[in-house]
Amino acid sequence: MSTHPNAPAGAGRPRPRYAGTVARVGLIGVILAALAGAFAYLGGWFTPDDLTPARFTDAFEQIDGVHPGFRRNHAKGVGVSGVFDGNGQGARLSKAVVFRPGRVPVVGRFSLTGGDPYVADMPDTVRGLGLQFSPPDGETWRTAMINLPVFPVRTPEAFYERMVASEPDPATGKPDPARMNAFLARHPETAQAALVLKGRPVSSGFENSTFHGLNAFRFTNSAGDSTPVRWLMTPAQPFEAATAGAAPRDKKYLFDALIAKINRQPLRWHLVVVIGQPGDPTADATMAWPDEREKVDVGTLTLDRVESEETSAATGINFDPLVLPAGMAPSDDPFLSARSAVYSRSFTRRAGEMKPPSAVTPADVEKGK
Amino acid sequence: MSTSTERHQFTTLSRLLHWTMAAMVLTMLGIGVTMVVSLANYHALVSVHRPLGVAILILVVVRFVNRVLNPPPPWPATMGRAERLAATAAEFTMYGLMFALPLIGWGMLSAARYPIVLPGPLRLPYILPHDLMLYAALRKTHTILAYLLFLTFITHVGAVLVHTLVVRDGFLKRMVPWKVRPPEPALPTDPVRP
Repeated sequence: MSTHPNAPAGAGRPRPRYAGTVARVGLIGVILAALAGAFAYLGGWFTPDDLTPARFTDAFEQIDGVHPGFRRNHAKGVGVSGVFDGNGQGARLSKAVVFRPGRVPVVGRFSLTGGDPYVADMPDTVRGLGLQFSPPDGETWRTAMINLPVFPVRTPEAFYERMVASEPDPATGKPDPARMNAFLARHPETAQAALVLKGRPVSSGFENSTFHGLNAFRFTNSAGDSTPVRWLMTPAQPFEAATAGAAPRDKKYLFDALIAKINRQPLRWHLVVVIGQPGDPTADATMAWPDEREKVDVGTLTLDRVESEETSAATGINFDPLVLPAGMAPSDDPFLSARSAVYSRSFTRRAGEMKPPSAVTPADVEKGK
Repeated sequence: MSTSTERHQFTTLSRLLHWTMAAMVLTMLGIGVTMVVSLANYHALVSVHRPLGVAILILVVVRFVNRVLNPPPPWPATMGRAERLAATAAEFTMYGLMFALPLIGWGMLSAARYPIVLPGPLRLPYILPHDLMLYAALRKTHTILAYLLFLTFITHVGAVLVHTLVVRDGFLKRMVPWKVRPPEPALPTDPVRP
């Protein structure tokens, strides 16, 4: 170190004995710091601006407030249960037990989008249906669907951006149109989807809504053939348009109507699987597949029981779209993994909180009988 | 089974278990800390995290039985009584954490009723009732214990490095994957010292 390059070896001041030790201790420090640093890096400590499940969940809480014990999105809802009768038509697409001919118990939940569990029912609010199929001798399948034919955003990042852009400006109490326009300029796929969504017919209630799975999946049959698919639930109850204009009188009119109807007679939907062709987008839920794609009716969902979240088994279920049985797999759509991650974070937060009574109470359900 | 080699080194099986599990646990901690901040890779990481956890749970039981059957070689003379005690405590803390972490993971998924799907047709039964509060408590415990395991791991690596590089008592030779010849009794422990 201090020796001159031309000095003979061993010449000059002898190196202090502890210098090597100090160097070695330093090396150990570097190794341990590198290990800890690598973990901190993986855990995102150096990239606090990255979009994470926690930040996503925070955004829901920021917009609609923190409502302990409730789902951070689709917070308002009721539980339902019934059965799914598979007709066997799905078996050629997927080896999942749920598609064999036979009956499978189902637990589900109807909901409205947004993080406010006490929001007033409005015709235009996006409606959700989460379902869990539990074949007694097979694997569980969960799906979460909404009543939109296409999704407004393509990527998780765009979802977050749109959420932030549509946040009300504290000064005006309304979203800033400039921010939304800037978002739409960056995301033409959202502007395109908005055109489709603007013209969609809105049905009068939950019972006559069509629910779409939106993201594509891959089905694999027992021969090992893999098919890109999307699915939807088409109601057996006839379509009736929502009354346009006047705001509904009752804050729970959608749920009250659902309770009344389900108690009058069981409600039915057909599970329809749409078969994708090469070239159909599987990683872009903003784009519908062509109308002429083959559609297979694989069975009938019958819901005959409605319950408040206070007693429903659905309350304890995370309708994670990636709880899939063998024979079903995610497509290449990165949105699915992101949904799974954010649902999980929302579930973990609400699981540890005391939940106050839901908007639709056991008394509301009793009244509808 | 006590050849002259194995008296100063862990047995071949012990060393194999140690290094296999070291790689698995390190991977597991890395996946765990990554997946909770991941969106697009979350599902792929979770799909590795769960079966890898089950494999660790099985191996740690095998390893504990092996630890009882094949005690470690004697401590080097450079270690005092207190240090030996601390090292043993750290060792059993790591066994405990490697056992508790996957078990709590299994328990928390049970309490949340997430299907615990393994590769192929295998799936694990639920070991706890469906209870969200229980899930939340176990989920938190899982994180805390994982950080504790990482801390113990760092301490373990640090202690072994201090012995190997600073004390220079050949401590790491006890566990290296290859066979090491026993030291000659006459050889001074530290050749640098006069």
